[in-house]
Amino acid sequence: MVTTIVLAYLLVVLAIGTLSHRLFRGTSEDYFVASRTIGPIVLLMTLFGTNMTAFAVLGASGEAYHVGIGVFSLVGSAAALINPVIFLFVGTRLWRLGRRHGYLTQVGLFRDRWESRSLGLLLFVALVGLIIPYLLIGVMGAGLSLEAITDGAIPRWAGSLVVCAVVLAYVWSGGLRGTAWVNTFQTSVFMSLGIVTFAVIVDKLGGLTTAMALVAATTPDLLIRGDAITPWQFLTYTCIPLSVGMMPHMFMHWLSARSAETFRLSVVAFPICLAVVWLPSVLLGVLGRIDFPDLEGTAANSVLIEMVGHYAPGVLGGLLAAGVCAAIMSSLDSQSLSLGTMFTEDIVRHYAAGHRWSERHQIRLGRAFVGVVLAVTFVLAQILDQSIFALAIWSFSGLAALFPLVAAALFWRRSTRQGAIACVVCAVSSWVYFLLRSGGDPGYTLGEAGVMPVVVMVAISTAALIGVSLITPPPGPRAIEKFFGSVGCRSV
Amino acid sequence: MASRRRYGLYGVLVVLFLAHNDLWYWRDARLVLGLPVGLLYHVVYCLVVAVVLAAAVYLGAPEPATPHRDHDDA
Repeated sequence: MVTTIVLAYLLVVLAIGTLSHRLFRGTSEDYFVASRTIGPIVLLMTLFGTNMTAFAVLGASGEAYHVGIGVFSLVGSAAALINPVIFLFVGTRLWRLGRRHGYLTQVGLFRDRWESRSLGLLLFVALVGLIIPYLLIGVMGAGLSLEAITDGAIPRWAGSLVVCAVVLAYVWSGGLRGTAWVNTFQTSVFMSLGIVTFAVIVDKLGGLTTAMALVAATTPDLLIRGDAITPWQFLTYTCIPLSVGMMPHMFMHWLSARSAETFRLSVVAFPICLAVVWLPSVLLGVLGRIDFPDLEGTAANSVLIEMVGHYAPGVLGGLLAAGVCAAIMSSLDSQSLSLGTMFTEDIVRHYAAGHRWSERHQIRLGRAFVGVVLAVTFVLAQILDQSIFALAIWSFSGLAALFPLVAAALFWRRSTRQGAIACVVCAVSSWVYFLLRSGGDPGYTLGEAGVMPVVVMVAISTAALIGVSLITPPPGPRAIEKFFGSVGCRSV
Repeated sequence: MASRRRYGLYGVLVVLFLAHNDLWYWRDARLVLGLPVGLLYHVVYCLVVAVVLAAAVYLGAPEPATPHRDHDDA
């Protein structure tokens, strides 16, 4: 039953992706940013679906199982404020610049902003390196959840492989339009299934008040932040959502908007959507301690699946598996497509400028790179055994450390190419340093106060950007006019 | 007027950022409407953020989109 529902779901996804191909105009701009025609509802659903992955569904419940309700405020409600503010102040400006100057990728925009090919290449390497762990979250989460829900009928490697193959198929045929359409469907699926799953399980537990009273009696520490999260950790965690400003896949979706006005719905509805997804995930993680008190470490990532298997096996189990696939694929597709776009635009087209690439050839290259990215991620997912939450936090931390770059590009005329390069070098160096020092532990903090390394990384990259910019010659007037002139990013 | 609105919006966003750090519910395990009060606070917080941003976007804060300019750029 479960396997049948999952397969049926994947067929629907493939059908939507294939359907979107009918609108394909045959140009690289259409393949990579849907000719900038995406409307408000699809933009909201695709931005939200892309941002939510196995991290929100499995990672949040797994972390709440250990830490308690504080996970919601630590990550969820912080992102509810920071993310839409970034959409409003950064996303709309980038959209305008992208439309005006024809940008398809972040690398292209930053390279032009500071007139530096070295910066472009450096940034490409940094972004690919930081997105790979994020991709792994999806592929690992898919294998893990399908194996658990089907009681091993679909082994972990097969679940990961199927999800990668389906994503490749619809990204291949539909490009960004297909991705956006499928994401809209998938986001609706995982949001509604999250609510249904929560309602069914809580009902079986005797209602929310009864279930929470049971938790209060057995593990009261899960109902407070208490000692599990320190105030400094809580405060400094708010730097992590800054990562949204530098995610290549979010950038790509921003550029696909029909107009700046299209962003309005996303700005307003994002916090609500976030609460709708994170609240059931966190509560189910906490409630999981009632029946499954002995899950250790990464085993807690499957607490949601264990609960569905225990309280509502059969159809709901199958639907949950479909919902998890939806959450995972809605991120995996955008991430892999964004990497394909960057490879085609920023490496192949840029460094082989003398070669006349046809539109068809460019699209073919983008598709091939998406395939390579998914294949590499699949192999890595079979080798590594890492907490989904840990992978996500470290990936987000590195991207957040790059946030000063986009802020300077849009708001600080005096910033220089040397300052921008110093910013990227310092962000990556400090990320590697803290990752090695922590051993990949997402709970790693500086000292006993609990300061998150991300805040130090952001401070270092910001200081490098400002300091080096101020001691190097100011940028020439051409880029300044292009970015801050009458048609630049002065106002949206 | 526009700059007053702009600074007003910045001020509200700073207040929202500060309000996120609810130290007062840190160790409060009371259940309100079936939810731990520290969790309920942050659910309501998400809704308040949405309302503030809706006001900013739809009621004329200076930053939101201006469609006629989009067409100018085309």
